[in-house]
Parts: sequence; structure tokens; C-alpha cells
Amino acid sequence: MLSATRTQTRPIGLGRRVRNLLATAAASASVVLVMVPLVAIFGYLVYRGIGAVDLAFFLETPKPVGETGGGMANAIVGSGIILGIASLIGVPLGIGAGIYLAEYGRGRFGDVIRFMADILNGVPSIVIGLVAYSLVVLRQKHFSALAGGVALGIMMIPTVTRATEEMLLMVPRTVREAALGLGVAQWRATLSVTLRTATSGVITGIMLAFARVAGETAPLLFTAFGNQFWNLNLDQPTAALPLQIFVYAISPYDDWHRKAWAGALVLIVIIVGSVAAVRWSTSRGVYRGAE
Amino acid sequence: MSDSLAGMPPVLHGSTPEPTTRPAPATRAQRLVRLRQGTLSRLADRLFRYAMLGCALSVAGVLGLIVYELVVNSRLSMHEFGWSFFTREVWDPVMGEFGALSFIYGTVVSSLLALALAVPVAVGVAVFVTEMCPRPLRGPLAFLSELLAAIPSVIYGLWGIFVLAPLLREHVQPWLAKYLGWTGLFEGPPYGIGMLAAVVILAIMIVPIVSSLTREVLATVPRAQREGVLALGATRWEMIRMGVLRNARAGIVGAIILGLGRALGETMAVTMVIGNRPEISKSLFAPGYTMASVLANEFTEATEDLYLSALIEIGLGLFVVTIIVNGLARLLVWSVTRGTPARSHA
Repeated sequence: MLSATRTQTRPIGLGRRVRNLLATAAASASVVLVMVPLVAIFGYLVYRGIGAVDLAFFLETPKPVGETGGGMANAIVGSGIILGIASLIGVPLGIGAGIYLAEYGRGRFGDVIRFMADILNGVPSIVIGLVAYSLVVLRQKHFSALAGGVALGIMMIPTVTRATEEMLLMVPRTVREAALGLGVAQWRATLSVTLRTATSGVITGIMLAFARVAGETAPLLFTAFGNQFWNLNLDQPTAALPLQIFVYAISPYDDWHRKAWAGALVLIVIIVGSVAAVRWSTSRGVYRGAE
Repeated sequence: MSDSLAGMPPVLHGSTPEPTTRPAPATRAQRLVRLRQGTLSRLADRLFRYAMLGCALSVAGVLGLIVYELVVNSRLSMHEFGWSFFTREVWDPVMGEFGALSFIYGTVVSSLLALALAVPVAVGVAVFVTEMCPRPLRGPLAFLSELLAAIPSVIYGLWGIFVLAPLLREHVQPWLAKYLGWTGLFEGPPYGIGMLAAVVILAIMIVPIVSSLTREVLATVPRAQREGVLALGATRWEMIRMGVLRNARAGIVGAIILGLGRALGETMAVTMVIGNRPEISKSLFAPGYTMASVLANEFTEATEDLYLSALIEIGLGLFVVTIIVNGLARLLVWSVTRGTPARSHA
């Protein structure tokens, strides 16, 4: 009895204190270690990119090899087209699947779909590119913006699905009950009350999915394929910003390397800008408290 | 509700309750709802439900479609080479000889080494953010690691070519060759570009994924667990080790495996820095090749049916492996975080 009290009051031994200190130091060091590449990547993007971004970059198409100047206007527009097609595919299907999982998918079937969405989320993007290739490119016999959009659209579905489900589940039960109690049909209640309440969260999910596929390159290599010229035809090979960055980065020309950095800077501003905007606008809403 | 409106004290009911008056208002309300809804509306409800079910089934449909297309389009190569496809090192498109072993080797080795580098750091970050860091720092730190996850892989590749590879070539590789060259892992000319660069890039890319999931798992460990261990007189580290990490073990393993899944499928950044030569070499300085990068590089060049089929079979192999790895990881993470709302980002 007496010895037990004495162990309790004895100060923590030196060895344990040192180990505690070491662990704290190791954890803090790993944070610093992660910040190094983050700072280095953003630093270099700005340092190498900012000088190469000019008005021509946004207004002109690429110049042929050997000539300096030119820009990536066609790639920016091409990315917009491909992402537009992707959103048309991924957003409605994703929201619908999310509604199903949140409102009806309680049982085992819901769990299976949920699991499949998570699996689909983890399928390498290049494999999804292969599928879009055999679905669209092989049938059409040529590369196209449409094929690229299909690939990216498939990639958007699981992200939008899980985000929608999560947001709908945050809507309190009472809101649904109130709507139904007013005599509204269930589909109306779901669409114009439940979904409406969760709108900002769902939009966050869509933006995150969008940001994720906006930088995708691998599935576009053999679907949209890229193009040095203007193309607004959905049926033809189309340029995309990440593709252009890739092609320029592995080229042997200094001017193209400069362009690659400029493209990367523009791309990261678009992506990080949208993610940050969404985070900021929702940080005072649904997310607070949850994190 | 009807009780309070009637204002009758319940004692008065005694042994003679009036069963007809009490449920009546409820029935009337229900009848009203039913009247307003009508058959048309109930049909619309059913249609809506089926439409949403259709959307949900599209997830399963897409997965099925992936399997179908990959299997159908790789039949030629499967027929030609059988299982030996995965054990042969030769890759000679001109002679029509295809084997995937060097790509499998590159994929597995680069991913596992990247994981070895990334996991301690990622878990360290997660522990720091959830257990040690002052509250006001938490949000910004989580946000910064999310930023790292939001950088497109083509930009990692660009940075890898122009910043990381020269750095490795001029400073890191000579040092490694001098002091660790005897291991045989760091031999040969320091190109910068090669397996080592791919490993480093992959490690940087998977840290945010592993650490954000680990954070999520750590957050599900009940407070009482921590308080209990602390109350027994543990230091903070002992509390984290015994009260938190031990309880979250399964979930952390899940997060790590999920990181592995990402590393296995990563394409652009690896393609840009790994050197793209189908060889198996012990040295990390040597160029390598992965399953994903051979697809990225050679798919549009594949003119013959057998070549194309062999590439698609590699895609099928990659798909099957990532499905297994991801499935396992999800099950582990689910087993820990079940009951708390799922997070879709990963």
C-alpha cells in the first residue's frame, strides 16, 4: 500500500522524460520535413513561372519548334471543354448516387455501392484512360475531347458521390420530417429541401472533384491526345493544359521549359485557388466542429 | 399534443379511457397527407427512387465496364503468353516479345521504398497535428498538407526534372555512392533521373494522403482512452503510444496501404523522372520503368494488335493489384472509423 503511493508521487524518471522529448521532437521534425518540399515546389513554381506568364500566354497558340513566343490559349480553352464534358457526366451521376446512398442506401446494398465508390476512387487514372480509349476512341477511330471528358467524368463520379452523401447525412432528420409533414412528396422534399440545405457542402465536393481532375494528365494522353492548334470540335484531338505542360517539360528546348513552368503556375493557381476558396467559404459553416 | 389541448388531467380518465378521441387527430393528418399526395405523386416518388438507384448503379457499372474492356482487349496477349507474361523480363516490340516483369519490379520497388520513406513522416505529422500542436496551428497545418495533395502529378514531375534530379545528381548521389556505395544499392553514374528520383517524388506525393487518413483515424480514438492513460501517470508520448496509436493500429495500417495503392498507380510524376528503361537493376541510380509509365509512354505508339494487347494486359494487372490493395485498405479504415461520418477526400 505504502509503496504504491510512493511510486505515484515519484517524479517521472529521466529516461521517460527524454523519450517523451525525443518523440515530440521527431513529430515536429516530420512537420518541418513536409513543409520543405511544399515550400520548394511553390517557390520554384512562382520563381520559374512568373517571368514566363505574359499576355501572349493566354491569347496565342504554340509556335512551331524553334520559334520563341506563343502561348497556351488553345490548351486553356481545351481544358475547359474537356472539364465541361467531364462535369456533365460526373456531377449528375455523382449527386444522384449520393442521394441514393444517403436517403435509401441503408442496407447491405448501400454498403456495397459505397465500397465500390471508394474502390473506383482508387483506380489509377491511367487505367481509366485505357477504358475511355476502348469505349470512345476505338469506336470513333480517332482521339477526341469527348473521350477525354468521359475519362475525367468517370473519375469525378466517386468523389462527388461520397461528398454528396456525407453532406446530406449532415442535414438534420427534423428538416426532412418537417418537409414531409407539410405533405410534400418525398422526391420534392429530397430535392428542394434536403439537397437545398446541403447545397454549399455539395458544391464543395464538386469543386474538390473538379480540382482533382483538372490536373489529370495520364488519362488524357490517349484520349484527348493534345493538339498544337485551335480546336473547338468535340470530335477532334484537343489540347489540355496538363498535357501541354508534360509535352513541354520532356522536350529539349529551353523556351518550351519556360512555357511548361508558366503553364504549371497557371494550373496551380486555378486548382489551389478553387480549393482554397471553397475551404475558406465553408470553414465557417458545416466543417467547423467536425474537424 | 391533443392531451394538452384538451387540458384534461390524466387522473380523470381512470379506468374508462376514450379510445376514439385520442388517435383521431393523427389519422386525420395522415389522411390529409395522403389526399394531397395522390397516386401521381407516389408514382413520381417511385420514379425518383429508381432514377437515384440508377445513378448509384452507374458506380458498379463503371467498375464492371473497366473489367470487361480490359479483359476483352487483352485476350490476345493472354492467349499468346499465358501466365509467363508476368514472369518474363523481355520487352521487345519489334520482335513481338512481351513480358511485364521489369515493369512489375519497377512499380513494386518504387512504391515500397517510397512508402518506407513516407510513412514515418506521415504518421509523425498526423500525431503532431492531432496530439501535440497548439490549437490555432491545427487548421493551417491540415490545410497545408491538403495543398500538397492538390498539386497535380504533372507539376511534381516538372519539379522533379528541373529541381530534384539536378539536386540528386550533384549533391545527394555522390554522397550516397561514397558512403553507402558498398551496399550495391547506390552504384553507377549519377544521372539524377532514375529509380531514386522516382522514390523521392512518390514519397512526397503520398505523405499527405497517409497523414490525412491517419489524422482521421486518430481523431476517432475516444478522449477517455487518453485521459485514462494520462491518469495512470504516463508522459505524453506514452499516452500517445499506448492510448492512441495502439488503439488506432488497424486504421493506420489501412491508411498506409491506401498510400501504397496511390503509389502503385501514380503515372505522370514517375514517368517524368524514372528514366523509362525496361531493366531490372539492383542500383537505385539506374533508370527503371513502371507499369503505369509504360502505358503512358508507349500506348499511342503501339501499332500492332499484340503490342496494344500486351499493354492493356499490363493495365489489367495494375487494376487488379490496386483493387486488392485499396479494398483491403478501405476495409481496415472502415473497421476503425465506422460510426463516424465518412470523409470522401483521400
